[in-house]
Amino acid sequence: MKAIVTVMLKNGVLDPQGKAIGHALHNLGFPQVGEVRMGKIIELELSETDATAAKATAEDMARKLLANTVIESFKVEIAA
Amino acid sequence: MKAAILHFPGINRERDMILAVRQSFGREPQLIWHKETELPDVDLVILPGGFSFGDYLRCGAMAAQSPILRAVKEHAAKGGYVLGVCNGFQILTEAGLLPGALLRNAGLRFLSMDTMLRVERNDTVFTKGWEKGAVFRAPMAHGDGNYTADEATLDRLEGENLVAFRYADGNRNGSARDIAGIFSPNLRVLGLMPHPENLVDPLMGGTDGKPLFDALAAA
Repeated sequence: MKAIVTVMLKNGVLDPQGKAIGHALHNLGFPQVGEVRMGKIIELELSETDATAAKATAEDMARKLLANTVIESFKVEIAA
Repeated sequence: MKAAILHFPGINRERDMILAVRQSFGREPQLIWHKETELPDVDLVILPGGFSFGDYLRCGAMAAQSPILRAVKEHAAKGGYVLGVCNGFQILTEAGLLPGALLRNAGLRFLSMDTMLRVERNDTVFTKGWEKGAVFRAPMAHGDGNYTADEATLDRLEGENLVAFRYADGNRNGSARDIAGIFSPNLRVLGLMPHPENLVDPLMGGTDGKPLFDALAAA
């Protein structure tokens, strides 16, 4: 099963990369862009065949390594 | 005091640290590869700077999971001394040995310049070579040195007098409350972003960082 872990900085944590992307988009001619936040997606091929078990495993991996829970939050989706 | 310096793939400041320790301690520190599972009999474990694991995922995130970190945590739990500089500080926060986290610098620029640091307390093994309030020069070389923690943690760090150094001549990376370095509650684990080991000899342009190593050597 494939687990897709999305990691984002928590609300309120400064995201200078997001800000820089926003400025670049404005310069490119997209004035409608407001706040920009940048995160990361980690795709994991897991040997689990049960979606609930796969989700639990991926969440454990996220807490232990993939996300720094001091500054980041995460969500896990399972794709078949 | 006997010291060991940890070496992870991508660390690049271990030789600077070896030199600083050798000059003050008068003996060669041991260099320990990250895959070792045991530390030699030492009093002080040093995590130097660089780009361990290429800063992949997050700075210090992979290094914090290296086999040797279990031994470092046990060493710290038994009251051993630990010093983390730059990437080493990042590794210590990722490993949970110090609170908070280091974010990308607020201005996004990699800072490669000197800063002035103020010594917040001089009643620790690391800082007793200075007067309280002393200001000294230390080179910075980091892109992710913006210290952050939630308000409760920052209040606790200040309330318990665990801030070791603050940026004294302007805060260029956005660190909360100008925090450049912090102690663990037992004052035996220190993490800081700037590099005291790069100013320990006149040939380097100054000896501003030497008091830290001399104080450790004398302990």
